[in-house]
Formats: sequence, structure tokens, C-alpha cells
Amino acid sequence: MSAGAVAALLGRSRRPSQARARRDLAHRLLRSAGFDAGAAILAFWVVCALFGPAFAPRGALAPSLLATNLPPSAAHMFGTDQLGRDVLSRVIVGARSILEIAPLATLLGTVAGTALGLVMGYVGGLLDVLVSRLVEAVLALPVVIVALVFIVAIGPSGATLVVVIGFVFAPLVARTVRAAVVAERELDYVASARLRGESAPRVMFAEILPNVLAPVLVEFTVRLGYAIFAVATLSFLGFGVQPPTPDWGSDIAANYGVIPAGYWWETLFPALAIASLVVGVNLVADAVEAVTSS
Amino acid sequence: MRRSAPGERPPVTAYLSKRLGLALVSLLLLSMVVFFAGQVLPGDAGRAILGPLAAESAVRHLDRQLGVDRPLVVQYARWVSGAIHGDFGRSYQYRSAVAPFIWSAALNSLKLAALAFVIVVPLGILGGVVAALHVGRPLDRAISVLGLSGSTVPEFVSGIVVIEVFGLWLKVLPVTAATPPGASLPTQLDHLVLPAIPLVLVLFGYIARMARAGTVEALDSDYARTAVLKGLTRRVVIRRHVLRNSLIPTIAVIATQTGYLIGGLVVVETLFDYQGIGLLTVRAATARDFPMLEAGVLTIGVVYMAATLAADALTSVLNPRIRLAGEP
Repeated sequence: MSAGAVAALLGRSRRPSQARARRDLAHRLLRSAGFDAGAAILAFWVVCALFGPAFAPRGALAPSLLATNLPPSAAHMFGTDQLGRDVLSRVIVGARSILEIAPLATLLGTVAGTALGLVMGYVGGLLDVLVSRLVEAVLALPVVIVALVFIVAIGPSGATLVVVIGFVFAPLVARTVRAAVVAERELDYVASARLRGESAPRVMFAEILPNVLAPVLVEFTVRLGYAIFAVATLSFLGFGVQPPTPDWGSDIAANYGVIPAGYWWETLFPALAIASLVVGVNLVADAVEAVTSS
Repeated sequence: MRRSAPGERPPVTAYLSKRLGLALVSLLLLSMVVFFAGQVLPGDAGRAILGPLAAESAVRHLDRQLGVDRPLVVQYARWVSGAIHGDFGRSYQYRSAVAPFIWSAALNSLKLAALAFVIVVPLGILGGVVAALHVGRPLDRAISVLGLSGSTVPEFVSGIVVIEVFGLWLKVLPVTAATPPGASLPTQLDHLVLPAIPLVLVLFGYIARMARAGTVEALDSDYARTAVLKGLTRRVVIRRHVLRNSLIPTIAVIATQTGYLIGGLVVVETLFDYQGIGLLTVRAATARDFPMLEAGVLTIGVVYMAATLAADALTSVLNPRIRLAGEP
């Protein structure tokens, strides 16, 4: 057997145990009560986001000037808002915008951050130092403030939110991935891959990446919770999804001024929807973190 | 144990001056990002202020007055040197100096933040210690679920709920934070309790989690076991040996939470219409008032970094493992 073949065996020997570990991971996740509860909440809102317009009782956009600010009743279970729109329908259909923007932003941040972290950890040097400084500068401010500066420069829209939140998350993800890569870099399978003559990108993406997927997965689920927090908050501040598109954050912004007049239902139901979604996502993230770290 | 070898870490002053240097570099980077993000604004500042119908000559004149016709690097240098001297330029919206707005808004935010801290620090530590003394039992679970929910739900969401419960239905607290000018301190406080609650909810979970982890670790330590074997009562062991050690990480985490607190201030001040640095920054962003926006963001950055540095200093003074590690 040639030295190359031995090295190849060494390099590949982790694969079967990885597949088993992944199956085991899924089993342990499903057994966790927090994961099940969180996944159920998340699934409910995903169904609303996908099929909401089909089963929402009334048009979410149709105003009715004869039925403004109606309290909850049999006809309008969550009441109507200042423009006479059905609050229940807007809550159901409003799941769509946040569930489009937040996962896309998280995905963008995770993919970009993972690539960056792999290069920082494996190549090191000046790039590593520069990006680490940049991460500290980004961390020096609340995410909402950084996002606000960029959104004002670019102009508010759903697409802007995706890019800006993804951009803010990327260095944060990169920092975690970098730490994992630095620990992997010195292991035998990386040395053997290098001895086989594999190129640096191949070593990073084909050899190291599969072995740092657990922290990447944890980062994704944790960041998804932060992304939902950030999207809802920026929409509430008027820098996200613009009216009349149904959106929980911007609906609350449009109607919180009439709370002192007693019209509580226009803001309470979208607020409860946001609360349930973030708690659901965080229950899932906590379970994923607990299972992968044990 | 995290005991470090002698000489592995520098003494506390060297450690802190290194941290200070890093913070200054970060601050410089931040000021560049903020300044150049502001320059991406489509169209020029004079046109944005005067509107589409103004004469070209008037726009150019205003541009020259504002200094926005100079090269970017010159503008940046002027802005930084001004900011160091407390001069943030003139606001586009109010046509007057930015600095006085920043100071009075920062003072208002400080009042709200201080009230939130005064409520949440003892509450969070108490929650964490109680949870640690009941590890694995229902009370521990309840505190951790409350903390998790509180820290993950956006402040305006919990804000809406507390406004409706305490302001609208129970009618025990005023719904807005704005008080008539010259209101007495108790009146001001009365108006600030409701806005402080969402901030307390967001911070409670983190502080309680840190206090719980520190207490659990301390309860499990050799010195706590020795103290018990020595015949000290549980109460004395907890007060003298456990709490003293478990509060160090908690103090550090409290200062790092300043960032979340400020992020929360932006939202809470908007929701309650309270004239703080957060509302000022949001209004400036909406009005595309870049001198005001840049000043607001930079002020927030400086406060955050100062708090982080103070946390580092406090931790290293309180924690002999860091303080003494550099001495032979």
C-alpha cells in the first residue's frame, strides 16, 4: 500500500462515523421536549406563511371605512385596525414577510461567515488580524444601530434587510468558525490531506468544513433567533417592510398610537405572534446547542 | 480549574492598556464605517435639504456652507477633529449645533438606563442564586424559561404587552414616558417605570443565567466543600464563600449587556416617545439628518466601549486569578 493510499484512508476514515453521528443527533433532538415545542410553533407559522392567503378569513389588505377599530367579535375574531382591515387575517398573512427575510438573512450571514472563518482560521496572517479587528468594530455597537446606519444609506426594503443583517452576522459567524478551524488545523487528517497534495481551498472546504458543521449549525439556529428579533425591531422602527404589506412589526408601528384610546387588539395580537415565533426559534436553537455540545 | 501558569498573562495595567488600545482602534474603524456609510446617500446634502425645486446656485451655496463639496478624506478629518472636541457639526433638520441635542438626550437615556439597571441587577442576581440553590427543580426551570422568553422577545413586543396590562387595563402607570417640563423627580420616575420594564425583561435572563452558573460552580468547588466540612452552616457558606466568587462573572456580564440595553433603548424610547439618544438617532435616520445620526451612533459606540472597558477593569481587580497571574 502506498503512502498516498494510507493517507487517503486516514483522511476518509471519519466519514462513516459522521453519518452515524448525524442520525444519532436527529434522534436526540426529537426526544428533547424543548425542540418539539419549538418546532411545532415554527411549523405553525411556516404553514401560515406558505398558505396564509388561502385560509385567512378576510382579505388582509382590503380596508373598510365602515368597520374601523372594531373590537374582537364573531365576525372579526381579532378585531379590525384603523383602516378597517381584519387583524386576524393580517396576523396570519404577516408571517410571510418575516419568515422570508429572517432565514434568508441568516443563511447569507452563515454562508459568508463560514467561508470567511475557514480562510481566517486556515490561512491566518494579515487577513485574520484585519477581519478580527472588523469583528470587534461591528460588535462595538448593537446590531440594530449598525443595521440602521446602512439601511438609511441604502434605503429601506425587505431586500435591504436581508443584505444588511447578513452583512452584520457574517463576521460574528466567522469568529466562531475560525475558532473551530484553528482547533482542526493541527489534526492528522489535515496534515495527510496536505501531504496528498490537495490544494488549500480543497483542504478547507472538502476536508475541514465537514468537521466544523456542528458549530455552523448551532450558529445558524442561534442567529435565526437574533435575525427575527432584528427584522421585527427594524420593521417596527420603520426601516423594514413598508406598509401596506402585512407585517407584524410595521403593523404594530402603525397602530400603537391608538392604544391610549383603548384599541388594544390592533397591537396585542401581532405582538403575541412575534413573541411566539422568537420563543419557538430559540427553543429549537437551545435544543440544537445542547445536543451538539454534549 | 482555570488556574493559569505564572507569566502567562500580563499584569493588570498592561492588560488594561492593551484593551484600551484595541478599543481605540475599534472606535476609529467604527467612526470610518459610520462616516462613509453616511456618504453613500444618493444625491447631495444641499439638494436633500432644499428640495427638488430649489435653484442650482442655492444648492451649491449650501453645499459649500456645509462643507460637503470638499474631498471625502478632508471632510472625514474635519469631522473627527470636531467630534474629539465635542463639536459634531450642525443638524440638517434643526439648523443648529448637534452637540446640545446629544448631551440632553444622552442624559435622558442615562436616567432610563440607570432605573432599568437598579431594578434588574438585584433581581437578576437573586433569580440566578435562587435557581442555583434549586438546580433541576421546578423553580430553577421556571426562572430559566422566564429568562429565556424575556431575553429573546423584542422590547417593543413586551413593551406593547406591559402598556396594555399596566397602563390600559389596570391603569396603575402612565402610558407615555414624556413628562411636562419641570416635573418633579417622583413624577419623572413614575413615567419611567413602564418603559424600564421591557429593558429589565431583556437583561434579566442573561444576568440570572450568569449568576446561576457562577453559583453552581462555586457550590461545587473545593473551598465550599471545605467550608461545609469545617462545620459552617449552609447560610454562612453561601454568603461568605459562594456568593463572593459567583458574583465576579455576573459583574462582568452586566457591563457587557450595556450594548443590548442601548439597542433596547432605541426601541423603547420610540415606543414611549421618550427624548433619549435612541429616539434622537432614529428620528435623525428617518429625516436623513446625517450629522445628527453620526453623532448619535458614535456616542452610543463610545458609551458601549467605555462600559466594556470598565467591566474588564472591574473583573480584573476583583478576580485575583487575573490580577496576580502576572506576578512571580
